[in-house]
Amino acid sequence: MQIFTNANFDFLRWRWHAIALSVVVVLAGAGLMVSRGGLPLGVDFSGGTVVVLKFDRPVPEDAVRAAVASIPGDKVVQQYGEASANEVLVRLPQAGAEQGFSLEEGAKQVLALVQKANLGKFEVVSTEVVGPVIGADLQRKGIYATVASIIGITIYIALRFRFTFAVGAIVATFHDILVTLAFLSFFGYELSLNVVAAILTITGYSVNDTIVIFDRVRENFRTMRRDSLAHVVNTSVNQTLGRTVITAGTTFLAVLALYVFGGEVLEGFAFTMLVGIVSGTYSTVFIASAIAIILSGRQALARAETGPAAQSGQKKPSRKARAS
Amino acid sequence: MTKNLRWKALTILAVLVLAVVAFWPPAEKVRLGLDLKGGVHLVLRVQTDDALKVETESAAERVREELARRNIVVQSIAPDGPTRFRVAGVPGGQDAEFRQIADEQTSAAFNRQSGAGGAYAFELKPNIAVQLRDEAVKQALQTIERRVNELGVAEPIVAPHGMAGDQILVQLPGVSDVNRAKEIIRSTALLELKLVEQGPAPTREALLAATGGNVPAGMEVVSGVDERGVTGEAGATVYYLVRHVAAITGRDLRNARQTLDENNRPAVGFSLNQEGARKFGRVTGENVGRLLAIILDGRVQSAPRIDSRITDEGRITGTFTPEEAADLSLVLRSGALPASLTYLEERTVGPTLGADSVRAGVLASLTGLGLVAIFMLVYYKLAGVNAILSVAMNLIILLGFMAYVDAVMTLPGVAGFILTIGMGVDSNVLIFERIKEEMAGGKSARAAVAAGFDRVFLTILDTHVASLIAAGFLFQFGTGPIRGFATTLFFGLLSNVFTAVFVSRTLFEAYLGKRQQAALSI
Repeated sequence: MQIFTNANFDFLRWRWHAIALSVVVVLAGAGLMVSRGGLPLGVDFSGGTVVVLKFDRPVPEDAVRAAVASIPGDKVVQQYGEASANEVLVRLPQAGAEQGFSLEEGAKQVLALVQKANLGKFEVVSTEVVGPVIGADLQRKGIYATVASIIGITIYIALRFRFTFAVGAIVATFHDILVTLAFLSFFGYELSLNVVAAILTITGYSVNDTIVIFDRVRENFRTMRRDSLAHVVNTSVNQTLGRTVITAGTTFLAVLALYVFGGEVLEGFAFTMLVGIVSGTYSTVFIASAIAIILSGRQALARAETGPAAQSGQKKPSRKARAS
Repeated sequence: MTKNLRWKALTILAVLVLAVVAFWPPAEKVRLGLDLKGGVHLVLRVQTDDALKVETESAAERVREELARRNIVVQSIAPDGPTRFRVAGVPGGQDAEFRQIADEQTSAAFNRQSGAGGAYAFELKPNIAVQLRDEAVKQALQTIERRVNELGVAEPIVAPHGMAGDQILVQLPGVSDVNRAKEIIRSTALLELKLVEQGPAPTREALLAATGGNVPAGMEVVSGVDERGVTGEAGATVYYLVRHVAAITGRDLRNARQTLDENNRPAVGFSLNQEGARKFGRVTGENVGRLLAIILDGRVQSAPRIDSRITDEGRITGTFTPEEAADLSLVLRSGALPASLTYLEERTVGPTLGADSVRAGVLASLTGLGLVAIFMLVYYKLAGVNAILSVAMNLIILLGFMAYVDAVMTLPGVAGFILTIGMGVDSNVLIFERIKEEMAGGKSARAAVAAGFDRVFLTILDTHVASLIAAGFLFQFGTGPIRGFATTLFFGLLSNVFTAVFVSRTLFEAYLGKRQQAALSI
């Protein structure tokens, strides 16, 4: 069976359209985020208290909301997981700097108030209390990890391929991160620790995809000496198209299972991955190579005029690949 | 089967056996994280300023005592922040003598600055401050560790945390009574026995009436619950004027245990070590008939009258429940915390949520694996079996790795497993597509397989290194669950290079080896 037999789509012809589409999605997401005052931060980053309660019988959210109404600040009370689980999540905002054991007061208050409201027997399924120190710490670490892994990957690609390719891969990666953030915003997800982990995974995944194509480009440079860079890249994208689509499809299936069956805790993570996989595949085909070509435009022209000799100084093809 | 192939098969078998031995039986060997097992995760900060304050105050106290002994009267000696104290109004004529005393008492740990009119400031040396902070954190770690061990929690973690060096991570898997655990960990448990000079009195003012409304030098006011009916109201607060220097502290204890007082109410009995017993014997012997305040964390628990000289035994009475008495004796046994704690983070996962998560994770993994397997069989036919075998082996090796390095399995770790399935399939797809391409170019099945694996090897290496970089930084960044994810991702990538390239190729060769002009079902 074969999805694409001798695929020969002219992807590069669509590069400006593709870039325009991506810019629109990213800008729409950014606009939405700005209008809402940024992506909502989960309790991991913003700090605050989350208590999940499990009742022994169905309890309307409004009853719980009324019970905790006396706690000041913007509270969130919502059903947690499936309706049949009778679980309710209560989230309280950060109550100020840590002093002694002040941080847990919110959680204690919630339990006391719900107890007093007489809504039936309940148990505490989980409690998360994050103070501002830890929240700020995690924010810093999250940004640091994302930036550091992008720099690390850029250096690796620049060493193994060429600098313009590294830029192409990184632009594609940033693209995927931004598109994912935009979709998180569209669907009202908040940025939690798990979502950041998913975003970092997408970074790896997106670069993975891009490298497969670049590898093929590097290989084709040797057999297609008279062709323009644009043509070589386009051919390479087509040659690897079957793999790109199948891999995206199977990974998507696996993560879909996670999204459907993984439970409430991993929902944000799985959703982020799903968006990232689609965006990563799209950016691999349309964005990464387009950027690489646009950036090496002058070199590509020179190459078309003077033949491959002019390119030889750029980056030598790996001997090992040749020998195999 | 050629000789070469036999060696390859044996290698694969050996790896498989090693992996299975490492994680079998999985219920014992694969450690579950808090999010799957249930339990509590706490991050505490040691208020290291407390330790500096103690050092600064005791230096100021030494200077004060020495000055009093030599009849040098200064205007004031007062602390100014945790690392500094000031002396004002040193008489001009006694300045040299003061300097000499100050040097004797403080020069080891403090820098001295002099100002106008006999004013001096003493600042704790920065290196000493750093050392004191480190010691405070280390002592707090040890104390908490002892307490956690006494709680009888299986596999607890008490470890330094974060970059600042003053945070402590406590993880208690499977603890059901979270509040009790928290109370025990954080109670400072600073026990001091101090002689009562005045009181008890119902108000501060009444207490200080005899001394003209001022707290005399070397004394302090502490409060506690009224046990003598001074106020005529049960449970009201009363005040005591006590000596600043404690006769006995928690450090002099040898042991503490739950016991009963003369009215059969729960109490905590303690015994003193040799040094403590000597001191206690002297103090009680010299002060028969006076009150001795038993102060816990700055609050008077009780203030019994000293009836006779006591050496090595004592009892703390008060209004304890049996459990409170048991917990108090536990924290007294494990020693006082050198500084108070601030609570930075708590994550508690109930056992039901943990069990639900395990179920969800297993279901998601199996479904994911099933879906991918069906797709591979339909699309690649017989070669799909090859892919499934190598992915399955990848998962087995990954489990083995996790168990071998004692890594913790978390819910995001399960997600890492599912992504490992995705990556394993990706490598196989990459190879299969290449083989198809080579066959379409006119190569025989055997040559196409060889060319496919050779050409793709470098690609797989590049993609895996890039992903390993991302996983590595994720590990750096990670707290608990995320770290579990990064670990599975990292080891999954490593073992995938082996299974996708080596195992899968061996399977192909074994299949093709039997027939000369084999066709490939791909």
